[in-house]
Amino acid sequence: MHFNLSDEQKLIRNAVDKFIRNDYSFDARRKVLALENGFSREHWRQFADMGWLGIPFAEDHGGLGGGIVDITLVMESFGTGMVLEPYLSAVVLAGGLVELGGSQAQKEALLPALIGGEKLLAVAYTERESRFNPADVQTRAEKKGNGYVLNGEKAVVLGAPSADVLIVSARTSGNRLDPQGISLFLVDSTAKGVSIKGMRTMDGGQAGNVTLNNVEVGSDALVGAEGAGFALLDEAVDRATVAACADAVGAMQAAMRKTVEYLKTRKQFGVPIGSFQALQHRAVDLFTAVEACRSMLLMASLKVTDPDPVERNKAVSAAKQFIGEKARLVAQQAVQMHGGIGMTEELDIGHYFRRLTQFCAMFGTTDYHLKRYADLMAAAA
Amino acid sequence: MNIDFSPQELAFQQEVREWFAQNLPADLKRKTELGQMLNRDELVAWQRILNGKGWLVTSWPEEYGGPGWTPTQRYIFDMERARANAPIGLSMGIIMLGPVLMAYGTQEQKDFYLPRIRNCEDWWCQGYSEPGAGSDLASLKTMAVSDGDDYIVNGSKIWTTYAHWANRIFCLVRTSTEGKKQEGISFLLIDMDTPGIEVRPIISIDGEHHLNETFFTDVRVPKKNLVGKEGQGWTVAKYLLTHERTTIAGVADSKVHMTNLKRMARNNGANGAPLMDDPNLRQKLAKAEINLLALEYTNLRTLAATAAGKAPGPESSLLKLDGTAVQQQLSELGVELAGQYAWPWKVEGDVGPEEFSTTMMRYAFTRAATIYGGSDEVQKNVIAKMVLGLNFK
Repeated sequence: MHFNLSDEQKLIRNAVDKFIRNDYSFDARRKVLALENGFSREHWRQFADMGWLGIPFAEDHGGLGGGIVDITLVMESFGTGMVLEPYLSAVVLAGGLVELGGSQAQKEALLPALIGGEKLLAVAYTERESRFNPADVQTRAEKKGNGYVLNGEKAVVLGAPSADVLIVSARTSGNRLDPQGISLFLVDSTAKGVSIKGMRTMDGGQAGNVTLNNVEVGSDALVGAEGAGFALLDEAVDRATVAACADAVGAMQAAMRKTVEYLKTRKQFGVPIGSFQALQHRAVDLFTAVEACRSMLLMASLKVTDPDPVERNKAVSAAKQFIGEKARLVAQQAVQMHGGIGMTEELDIGHYFRRLTQFCAMFGTTDYHLKRYADLMAAAA
Repeated sequence: MNIDFSPQELAFQQEVREWFAQNLPADLKRKTELGQMLNRDELVAWQRILNGKGWLVTSWPEEYGGPGWTPTQRYIFDMERARANAPIGLSMGIIMLGPVLMAYGTQEQKDFYLPRIRNCEDWWCQGYSEPGAGSDLASLKTMAVSDGDDYIVNGSKIWTTYAHWANRIFCLVRTSTEGKKQEGISFLLIDMDTPGIEVRPIISIDGEHHLNETFFTDVRVPKKNLVGKEGQGWTVAKYLLTHERTTIAGVADSKVHMTNLKRMARNNGANGAPLMDDPNLRQKLAKAEINLLALEYTNLRTLAATAAGKAPGPESSLLKLDGTAVQQQLSELGVELAGQYAWPWKVEGDVGPEEFSTTMMRYAFTRAATIYGGSDEVQKNVIAKMVLGLNFK
């Protein structure tokens, strides 16, 4: 048992930290926010050059053959800088899904282009009423000739506006909530019948509502076996959830540290406000929350690769529930302890607040994950 | 990075598991499982069994009779101990005083006291708090006045756990009223049968007698019983507080408690269904288990750092805060699960499921966890100043 990073992992972490320090100051980030798609293609090329886009993928396709721990190192550092580039949606979630379920031909067609920064992917699995349940699918895929015709609507799909290829979940059989009968399809975002209504998210990122109107795809668009998409999706979402947790831990750490610094410098009643015990104890609450979240992140990053899906689900839900709850605490109290200035757009604290608030609902709220964990716990003998 | 034990550690785990299965007396196991109090003789007898195997003073170095285990082995042992429903060893002599004597004691003190702790010949209690010195421990007033080769001790100590069972007490006493209040404190060993000592019971809110107030009236203590130098007591006491960290979170026992709570929720019902089927109770249990999981990994992180030879840090405050919060959450859930069976108070015989018989006592007694050993508020003061640097003159 040891929790030391390997030399390669230390190199990755140092490189990403350096990028955040040098290229992702709060002011630099504002310029990225103002760009048309809300992220910088130049940064994305830089990520490709550094090899970060290939971290989780097999070396056969030009990846680094890394694991989830390597991903969490990148994401945690991205969280401290509130990075806007679609690493989570394109690399971790969509790329991860291709890696898990794609055919050899699909991997060859998509992964080198993703790793090289030439192509962006997104996973369109959420629907208007599905909330966080990947099994709740009303979008339909009907057989036509050798291929399929897709009809339906996907809601608030992360990274959709800039994606070249969408991975769409659609029902090929079964009823609305059945885990069986869900299939995954590669859909070109410019294909006939696809329309994407882009939007910004509260953290400055991008998402889109995707409408599929008689979209025709070939049989080679099917990712994994027909009707067996849920297991793949569930695992890819679990992994992405752990990555999102890492981002949140980075953001929480930064917000906590900045708040403690503010307590040391802000004076009222002639003394630093950090000399007041009420604020000292609350600052400690944030510190202990971040440390405990770090433990949970470690737990989840070690268990998310468990071959038993129940163990994996439980570990991920435990982490997301716990970190989500603490993220809300840190976000709210960072604003509160900054007072009025914490309410403003011009200070980074408010942006951490929005980043963390979005995290709370991403891939399932704390209530969703508490219920999922509780039900699995109760089902165990 | 990995969470797995080595093959040697797994073999050790198996050895410990088998030993507990063969050597833990059934009546002690049952009592511990039900959360019942053990009496002095039962505890001493059990500790002698452990010592016979060489597994009592597990945190001591080999030169003082410890087994020479790594921190990971000690962690495994503690997990297996809890899993077997074996009573936890009493900490006053083994965990608290032993390491202090090793670090600050004279050769004569080490030679005399350490084997007596190991062989369960002495039962130690702790004399720190006073009626006027709780969280502000350094303001203690029990005086030790020099008189030739002796001190004459006058004052009183409170919350002296099991002083009524102890034959010795280690005390913080004031040997000087000059200078900073911390500088006039000394660490003194006192025999409980010395004339002038009186122990009066304090019954706690679980209805039991664990606590006492201990009075000292002209108690004559030889100066050779001083540990460290005169006036060094505060440093000695602080050393004691940072020494043992791998078990401070109480993870092992909380894991067993959690397992028991889930069993209670399956075995007992309401509305014709197991309590576990109640969505609210089920989610409360889940939340407790999730909090415990976070604590377990914080503990493992600390263990990994200790095993890698890193010096003790403020993690002990963190582990104490989070560990006691989990203990309280679990004990509260016990009362919720017990429902009306939490009401019967010290009733002999069958009045309901036996597993609920001590839930209320446990809940009541566990309120002390966030008070003793430095209250939550004191731990937060420590972290604010030592870790976050919120320290202003």
